[in-house]
Amino acid sequence: MMDLPVSVIAGYLGAGKTTLVNHLLRHNEGQRLAVLVNEFGELPIDADLIESADDGLISIAGGCVCCAFGSDLIGALTDIRNMSPRPDHVLIEASGVALPASIAASVRLIDGLRSDAVLVLADAEQIRRNARNTYLADTIERQLSQADMLLLTKADLVSKQQLDEVRDWLKGNHPGKRILPVVSGQIPISAALGALPFPARQPSAADTAHSRFESIVLRPDGIVDADALGVALANDPGVDRAKGFVAGDEGMVLLHVVGNRHNTEAASGDHEVGVICIGLKDQLDPARIRGLPDAVRAGRAAE
Amino acid sequence: MKTTIYSARKIITMNPNRPETSHVAVRDGRILGTGTLDELAGWGPYDLDERFADKVLMPGLIEGHAHSMEGALWSFTYVGWFDRMDPDGKVWDGVKSVDDVVARLKEAEAALGGEDEPLLGWGLDPIYMDNVRMTRADLDRVSETRPVGVMHASGHILNVNTRGLELAGLLKPGQNHPGIPVGDDGLPTGELKSPEVMMPAGKHVGLDRSFLSSDPGALRNYARLCVRSGVTTSSDLGQQLDDDLLKMFLDVTGAEDYPVCMVAFRINFGLSPKELVDYAASLREQSTDRLELGRIKVIADGSIQGFSARIRWPGYYNGAENGLWYIAPDQLAEIYERALAAGVQVHTHTNGDEATQLAIETMETALRKAPDADHRFTLQHCQLASAAQFRKMARLGMCVNLFANHHFFWGDEHYNLTVGPERALRMNACNTALSEGVPMTIHSDAPVTPLGPLFTAWAAVNRRTASGRIQGAHECISVEQALHAITIGAAVTMKMDDVIGSIEVGKRADFAVLEEDPTQVAPEALKDISVWGTVQGGRIFEAATI
Repeated sequence: MMDLPVSVIAGYLGAGKTTLVNHLLRHNEGQRLAVLVNEFGELPIDADLIESADDGLISIAGGCVCCAFGSDLIGALTDIRNMSPRPDHVLIEASGVALPASIAASVRLIDGLRSDAVLVLADAEQIRRNARNTYLADTIERQLSQADMLLLTKADLVSKQQLDEVRDWLKGNHPGKRILPVVSGQIPISAALGALPFPARQPSAADTAHSRFESIVLRPDGIVDADALGVALANDPGVDRAKGFVAGDEGMVLLHVVGNRHNTEAASGDHEVGVICIGLKDQLDPARIRGLPDAVRAGRAAE
Repeated sequence: MKTTIYSARKIITMNPNRPETSHVAVRDGRILGTGTLDELAGWGPYDLDERFADKVLMPGLIEGHAHSMEGALWSFTYVGWFDRMDPDGKVWDGVKSVDDVVARLKEAEAALGGEDEPLLGWGLDPIYMDNVRMTRADLDRVSETRPVGVMHASGHILNVNTRGLELAGLLKPGQNHPGIPVGDDGLPTGELKSPEVMMPAGKHVGLDRSFLSSDPGALRNYARLCVRSGVTTSSDLGQQLDDDLLKMFLDVTGAEDYPVCMVAFRINFGLSPKELVDYAASLREQSTDRLELGRIKVIADGSIQGFSARIRWPGYYNGAENGLWYIAPDQLAEIYERALAAGVQVHTHTNGDEATQLAIETMETALRKAPDADHRFTLQHCQLASAAQFRKMARLGMCVNLFANHHFFWGDEHYNLTVGPERALRMNACNTALSEGVPMTIHSDAPVTPLGPLFTAWAAVNRRTASGRIQGAHECISVEQALHAITIGAAVTMKMDDVIGSIEVGKRADFAVLEEDPTQVAPEALKDISVWGTVQGGRIFEAATI
């Protein structure tokens, strides 16, 4: 069995973490999500999504679940790992002042789990003000610097000029980090968490609200160096998320890319070759991406 | 309507109108009056009880910041550096080396059944042992088949043996977690730092719910420790109270022979600010004579010695990165505003001076929105507060509970490592707090340090550190001020000074029964005064038979 991916969703109060989680649950595209929240006090799940609540576990439409971890994150994660059927992806919604890297470090302690991504949400309206606040500045800075991807939320609530300014400010302070604008709390699950690898359950109908994003499937012929391809995809400025199987020297390999980081793991069994690459429509360059496997091979040959 | 008049060698009342007297009359668990036998005889028929004729009575001592978990810990093996008394009155010698720790645990191990029953020690403090690092090999000497753990005094580090690591799934190479040091063999050393990595192993060594919170036995054991230290009212500062836990508290404290009034604060975890305040407010009317409810404890930051406290410029003396917020500032603001509006009192843990400043500024803003002339919001620990902060607290009507014991146990560490010499002098600034007009008490934070208000008073009066230095002589307070702090001072911070804190007409008949007069012994000997027991609500509890 492949390791179960775990993503951390962090960011200060009001950044839109709960809105994002609900959006991903509502538009899960066939992925079964397990959501872990710090505490049930601030119940993060929209009432209409809840099917039943029982003994600390909330069942959600589409085979998803939610539970609170309180002071025992590792215990809660272990329980989720042992669930049957196993979820496809675990989301940890961090508290507003939590540092996501330490949560990710705890995830890495558990066999069978893989720390997939740290997504840090920044409120386009508030982030610069919070970052200037005496009490919050260093916490916000630590959160932003620990992100694999920055999600710039409430992008629809500021003017185009303000959005550009805040994006430039983020880019200036965190050069090279992927910044995805999130409008009305909406981002496709495939961009936030990656697509389901092939073969998988059929995704539900794509959401038209997500038309700002585009995906293409890369199907490298023959054997390819998965790590080198991962580096190339992670370095491609148009690719925010990529996920899928390629044929490596020693069998099938599952490749994940999030932001500037990639990860590979040996895959057992038969899988269809194909890596789903997702990015913003105006930045994803299909021709360039399709050329990456050959470029990687050429680079390798040149070594 | 039976009246009992007690005679005593001396009664220290903490009532300035009659500071000392020889007799106190008790009716229906309350103080009918103090004075001479002649004066009190005017109330009508009485029984004269002379059992305290050679004792000194004080108002029942009040611990303003402790945790009933102290009562739970004694189910496990004490391995701390200092001698410490258990609920049975047995004094456990401090252990002075890793070999001693192993020997004490081996003794406890021999009494265990089964091959795989867990064993847990607590109270280890390596700073007194040249910061020696205990390893799983040390604890493997206790047992290779059982999971064995040792919790440090700070509560933030757990050592486990190889079996414990194995059961937790942590005995594997390639660990890359800041809380899990790795040895030369590439495997974890057995030291687990920070709560999230302690939990998975902790479960297997016995560090479960009974260790972390209270059960009936723990609550009863805690009360016995209170009797032994002269305490008749104690806060339980931070329980994740829910209906089940509340029922347990009501049942246990409701027993006829339960000797303490517990003041149980609802900690801010697990509830939104609105739910927290509403819940605390709803608890108030369930209060009984021995269980005070309806107050909130909020944790704002971490600890100074753990470098998780939020401190202001220029930061930690050793250059460590600033600590962590345990609550978002906006949530603190919402709690304060809602609590002020609802008349619910909030005590806030702030160790570092940045956390203290946040609490003060948040208070000032909240008071503009929800004015309250007598809120008595209290800062707990407040260890690093500056004179300016105390002045501001006084103007805003805030109270403080300073961690006098901490100064003794970790003062040297603060001087040398955490905040450096200058700020170490002003830590737990009792004198400044009082002279700036902040209502003040002092605390043990048991089980972090042992319960014992007379020891705490000693620490505030003498300001000696564990190495014997007097640190910050300007902040020493007088014996009278210290005795005030552990009686009426504490009552003020919990808004209970109309009921407890002094021996005067109308108040609850709560006395600490002492063998010696704390105003007559040398200030250095305050901590050595023997406690005979207590009277709580007119009921007599002798330490020797509790």
